Amino acid sequence: MTLFGYRVPMMASLLLWAVLWEIVGWLELSLLIPPLSRIAVRMAEIVPTPSFLAALWITGKAFLLGNLIAIGAGIPLGVLMGRSELADRLLLPWVNLFLSAPLSALVPVIMVIFGMGQTTIVLTVVLFAVWIVVLDTRAGIRNMSPSLVEMARSYGANEWQAFSRIYVWAALPEILTGVRLGLIRAVKGVIIGQLLVSIVGFGRLFEIYSSNFLMEHFWALILVLFFFAFVIAEGVGYLERRVDYYAASRH
Amino acid sequence: MSQALKMQPAAQHAPEPVVEVRGICKTYPGVQALDDIHLDIPRGQLTTLLGPSGCGKTTLLKIIAGLIPATSGEVRVNGRPVTGPGPERAFVFQDFALMPWATVLRNVAFGLELRGTPRAEREDVAARHIRSVGLGGFEKAYPHELSGGMRQRVGLARALTVDAGVLLMDEPFSAVDEQTRRKFQEDLLRLIATERKTFIFVTHSIEEAVYVSDRIVLLSPRPGRIADIIEPAVERGDDPDAIRRHPAYLDTVDAIWQRLKKYLE
Repeated sequence: MTLFGYRVPMMASLLLWAVLWEIVGWLELSLLIPPLSRIAVRMAEIVPTPSFLAALWITGKAFLLGNLIAIGAGIPLGVLMGRSELADRLLLPWVNLFLSAPLSALVPVIMVIFGMGQTTIVLTVVLFAVWIVVLDTRAGIRNMSPSLVEMARSYGANEWQAFSRIYVWAALPEILTGVRLGLIRAVKGVIIGQLLVSIVGFGRLFEIYSSNFLMEHFWALILVLFFFAFVIAEGVGYLERRVDYYAASRH
Repeated sequence: MSQALKMQPAAQHAPEPVVEVRGICKTYPGVQALDDIHLDIPRGQLTTLLGPSGCGKTTLLKIIAGLIPATSGEVRVNGRPVTGPGPERAFVFQDFALMPWATVLRNVAFGLELRGTPRAEREDVAARHIRSVGLGGFEKAYPHELSGGMRQRVGLARALTVDAGVLLMDEPFSAVDEQTRRKFQEDLLRLIATERKTFIFVTHSIEEAVYVSDRIVLLSPRPGRIADIIEPAVERGDDPDAIRRHPAYLDTVDAIWQRLKKYLE
């Protein structure tokens, strides 16, 4: 984009909004919106504290484990649905249902079954992330060139070889999109899980900050989480672009 | 016409059949693709299935490959009924069917990889066949870095690497440009001469069929039936270009064209 003959960098609008936020903060219109600069100072202050690092560690663990389960279960399930009409008919309604359902409402149910601990949070992450991985993997398998399937068969691949050496790779661009979207949803999942359980990790910090009206702390924490989510999504986005050349050989 | 084309009944002087097609029918919902096909494919020759689109030639090839089940009838390869793909048959795909994430070397070695051949050994065999199809030096390249013609050479090398007795080629040159195609056809003739394999070749190009084939099976469309079996009496000497000027070549092309014309509206 160019403005008055100057090229405006991609992220320039963020800067504009940051300035606006700063001004609104100094006007002291609301207790809820402290100036951005003070939030930044607070961020530098709380990030190295042991309670933050402990929260990061426990959240990171739940996030990672939940995603591993979601990817490990989602890809095979998506391949199965892409390959088998029967499995697809049986499972697709559920996948679509869970994809659009307000999953937060289910977290208390998980809590009742698995208690107020890390298991509940990991399962919440899985619940948030897995469906989009399934659906995108399924789409990738359906997009895959039918002759690659025939190639695998005609050169004698058994089911496992076809899965691990052809299907997963052929669907990789879509799988990576699913994984990226799954990771973004998993950020929501892990925070919602922690907020509802409210005694672990960032959920506990959020609880402390908001109930004590520590709005600078609160915003600092949110911005840190935004940053993490952005970095994770961009990292997978980078991998996605690496397999762009697939598209040329698809059709 | 039968005089000019030297048509012979299939069984007369043909060598023992390696592939026997017995009463193959294939019905898709609402369409009869193949109707009662009986065919012997002689060993060590190139047999072409030729016909207009919709005649079921690719379907027949895939039934022989074991990739598609027949509605009724039986295919036998070396006397054994076909129930699925087997190591004695290798397939060359119209759209190449290469793995875009794998190098030329891995693509070519893929059949052996699936059989569990140790890496060093299979890459050795693959590299030899990559050179034999004229792709030496491209072992580490990826398919998207190659032209269409080169990709099909990779597909061919992959089929050669598994050392199957029967090579099934589904319109292998239809996705490459005309010049590449001619070069390919010449290379194929050389390959037939050196490899001593049985080739079953599907094409819709009359010239291509007459140029490369020992026998041409003409299929008529809807339902696919064998309309004729022709053995072009074309001398294949040392000069590949001489074939295209050979009177028998031109006559055969013309006769087949006259024959097929009536299937086109």
